[in-house]
Amino acid sequence: MAHESSYVPGNVVEKWIDDRLPIIRWSKEHLMDYPTPKNLNYWWTFGAILAFMLGVQIVTGIILAMHYTPHVSLAFDSVEHIRRDVNGGRIIQAVHATGASMFFAAVYIHMFRGLYFGSYKAPREILWILGVLLFVLMVTTAFMGYVLPWGQMSFWAATVITNILGAIPVLGTPILELLRGGFAVDNATLNRFFSLHYLLPFIIAAVVALHIWALHVPGNNNPIGVEVKNSRETVPFHPYYTMKDLFAVIVFCIPFAWFVFFAPDILGHPDNYIMANSQVTPAHIVPEWYFLPFYAILRAIDFNILFIDSKLGGVIFFAGAILVLFFVPWLDTSKVRSGTFRPIFKWFYWLFVANFVFLTWLGSAPAEGIYVLLSKIATAYYFIYFIIVLPLLGRFETPRPLPTSITESVLAKHKAPAAAQPAAASTSH
Amino acid sequence: MIKTKSIIGALLVSILLAVVPAAAQEGGGHATPEIKKEPWSFAGPFGTYDRNQLQRGFQVFKEVCSSCHSARLMAFRNLSEPGGPEFTEGQVKALAAEYEITDPEAEGGKRPGVAADRWPSPFANEQEARDANGGALPPDFSVLAKARGTTQPFPWWILNYFTAYAEGGPDYIHALLNGYVDPAPEGVEVPEGKHYNTYFPGHFLGMAPPLSDGAITYEEGETGSVPLTVDQYSRDVASFMMWMAEPHLVARKEAGFQVIAFLLVFAGLMYLVKRKLWSRVEH
Repeated sequence: MAHESSYVPGNVVEKWIDDRLPIIRWSKEHLMDYPTPKNLNYWWTFGAILAFMLGVQIVTGIILAMHYTPHVSLAFDSVEHIRRDVNGGRIIQAVHATGASMFFAAVYIHMFRGLYFGSYKAPREILWILGVLLFVLMVTTAFMGYVLPWGQMSFWAATVITNILGAIPVLGTPILELLRGGFAVDNATLNRFFSLHYLLPFIIAAVVALHIWALHVPGNNNPIGVEVKNSRETVPFHPYYTMKDLFAVIVFCIPFAWFVFFAPDILGHPDNYIMANSQVTPAHIVPEWYFLPFYAILRAIDFNILFIDSKLGGVIFFAGAILVLFFVPWLDTSKVRSGTFRPIFKWFYWLFVANFVFLTWLGSAPAEGIYVLLSKIATAYYFIYFIIVLPLLGRFETPRPLPTSITESVLAKHKAPAAAQPAAASTSH
Repeated sequence: MIKTKSIIGALLVSILLAVVPAAAQEGGGHATPEIKKEPWSFAGPFGTYDRNQLQRGFQVFKEVCSSCHSARLMAFRNLSEPGGPEFTEGQVKALAAEYEITDPEAEGGKRPGVAADRWPSPFANEQEARDANGGALPPDFSVLAKARGTTQPFPWWILNYFTAYAEGGPDYIHALLNGYVDPAPEGVEVPEGKHYNTYFPGHFLGMAPPLSDGAITYEEGETGSVPLTVDQYSRDVASFMMWMAEPHLVARKEAGFQVIAFLLVFAGLMYLVKRKLWSRVEH
């Protein structure tokens, strides 16, 4: 939100800096004074949680890279060396591996929050698009990171996932060979994945900066989806949201620590404790849980569509499942942002959430029997939601009356009968 | 409003998750029975290794397993480190000296082991190991206890995340060592050189039953109080293998307790800060 800078340099040094590089002014404006709607609920803390997680992954990752050896015959043992011989290595490694899972848990909540409250609608389309781009970068980074320990699942996930690129007509094979650095997943693959896995987080950090920039121009959306009318409806980001976000980050760290310290391997697969072996295929090749919904979509297409064979079809749907997110701002035709005021949308939305969880589960099930049919149904609904439901709902749905302002909605909540108070309070804090 | 909808959403998810797998599982049944969760001393947030059990497990490993299985990531010195079997440094030195280590820099290419050496492998390479074991490769023990697992039917596996269940490996190893059936169930043709095992995937295991009641005599002070049975040996060696795979488990869990206690207090304080701050704002 554009606003006048209230920064007054406190002393001659600050004044001197301010005349040359107004970085303190900029920080005060964007990290402290930034006017934030006062009615944000806890779903809005996941942005800060994600920023925190990116920091955790970069810091732990840099330390791990000091001890890791990207070579097919040494990588597996070097990760074990970190776990066994490096001081605190077991914990650093567990934070990084579990951190990937927590990062994805947070990003999914963040995205679903955006989808519910219509945070992608004008004027926040670029903010949303940058967010989807961040998700794509995260997926790529996590995938490459998972290959580095060079266990059986690492190797076979790399083989299966790079293989799907080979389905692209004409360019598939050259892309595949370039990515692998040869005809099969081998030392060259491990080396380039390590290099890219180190590079991409910094690109993510740069896109995060753009994402925050794109947030600070229109300002935050909020749970009622009605734009801020005046400065009485906002609070400065610091200390109100810095402290609230910090509280949320600490709470988020509790389950994170639970996994790191008490069950660091529960989110992974036992097969990844077997060193990669190109001669032995695991019984079930399963990606990490956060890829399962998309893996289920990839596998659901086991039939040819006209001249497109099933393999390419799977890749198209797999890529389409992510690409469709870029178009959501234009697919959703409703003028009302917040799902709270859209009675029919809510049903489709929660069905979409349930369907997504269901796809996650299907991705872990073997691709046989009834699972194949269920995957097809769930995949169909995933796309129907974006391509049919969102465009049509905007035309046919009658939204509930919107409050005219954040102030009105806050006042209405406080005037509500005492019985309704606790429930309302718990959603808005 | 969000709350009611969240509840409906959560209900929908759980119904879907509950109904569908049940329907899906009616078709194909698994021939392998479910592996029971055993009570391990190192299970749960407060779990620690039982030092005596690790020492017994080491004895089983040394006297039986290690004649075919390697443990290339374990060093002799690990055996005296805190949180493990905790043999004395003198015992470890003497133990290491019993073994000959291949060292190209030593005179004659061999020298007696020292505490810093890794556990010597019984075979020089994979081919030699296969030749000696009817074509099957005895897997390395270093992280084997974490490379195996068990599965629980829905919805029980969900509980694993809340109980921090990480003992699937030892449960599997214990089940496997007690899972030999001889003669094999009726109608099952066991291939030459293989052994029928209830819990091994595919059931035909290259390894002959390695343990038998009374085969290992535990050292002084323990005879009598500890039964000399396959069940006991397998529990001991599975615990030892878990330690080998996760030597810093105890330190990790202790740190975890402190970290979580700290986070709970910190979260409580931050909540108070936040509440105090926001009490001034109508929101």
